[in-house]
Amino acid sequence: MTASRLTLAAPGHQLEWGPFLEQATREVFRLMLGCELSIAAGSQDDLEITSMVGLAGCLCGVLSLRCSRQAGLIMASKMLGVEPGNIGPEMTDALGEIANMVAGNFKNKIPGLADGCMLSVPTVITGQDYQLQPATDSDALELHFSFENMPIVISLAVHR
Amino acid sequence: MRADENLKPCAEHKGSFMDHISALIVDDSSVMRKIVERSLRQAGINLDHVFEAGNGVEALSVLASNRVDLILCDINMPVMGGLEFVQKLAGVPNAKGVPVVMITTEGSESHVVQALAAGARGYIRKPFAAEQVKEHVLPVLKVKM
Repeated sequence: MTASRLTLAAPGHQLEWGPFLEQATREVFRLMLGCELSIAAGSQDDLEITSMVGLAGCLCGVLSLRCSRQAGLIMASKMLGVEPGNIGPEMTDALGEIANMVAGNFKNKIPGLADGCMLSVPTVITGQDYQLQPATDSDALELHFSFENMPIVISLAVHR
Repeated sequence: MRADENLKPCAEHKGSFMDHISALIVDDSSVMRKIVERSLRQAGINLDHVFEAGNGVEALSVLASNRVDLILCDINMPVMGGLEFVQKLAGVPNAKGVPVVMITTEGSESHVVQALAAGARGYIRKPFAAEQVKEHVLPVLKVKM
């Protein structure tokens, strides 16, 4: 198994959470999509789709999955067991569900978070011309993976 | 490899408690409803009919006029969540004795306890392997029969 590249944007306890977030992400792709994630390509170009899930309670923040449209289509096709060309509106639903499962799987791995942290309904944004600005100071943890030779980024931004 | 290739159809139960099953799948994600249905079929369950609902209110509406053999239900859904839905099943004639299995990202012990206290008979955490659906659903179907 290959490792992802872990970037910690700010110091804090999230450093300890990196392996849990990586494991949570890998398990979702292995079990629900039937594929293994591999080393990050490093590029963040063309990541035009962002799927987000909010976290509230003892941990407040946002978990996001960013990918290209092509990667999104292939993810949905693998989840549904159909060809990518047959994927339509299901893509956003699938990407929302992936982010939801990564967030849920992650919090279930951190002692105390499973009960004390709630998840929002997923939101999917299409397009690159936007900035995500947390309302308060936050730390961010980013994991860069390669999915079918296409980059995907999993981010966890947590309010301090 | 696709996600559905890790489980072959189960043949040993053909012609038994797994035949002619009607299932209600409750999840706000249509993609997840399809995945759950596929997992049931891969487990060897012969589904005559599959009803789908996006939340607890829609599911209660389905049960008002339809009898099912099995209910699979998410917890976090808009309008009416899974725990409230399961609690309300006690007053639904078409749901009497129907086994409910929760399929959810909520994985804490307290959620499991709440779900079982509300009347659920099984609990599967997302993400799940198709084999887990088989392991959790077949026993409750068998007991029902």
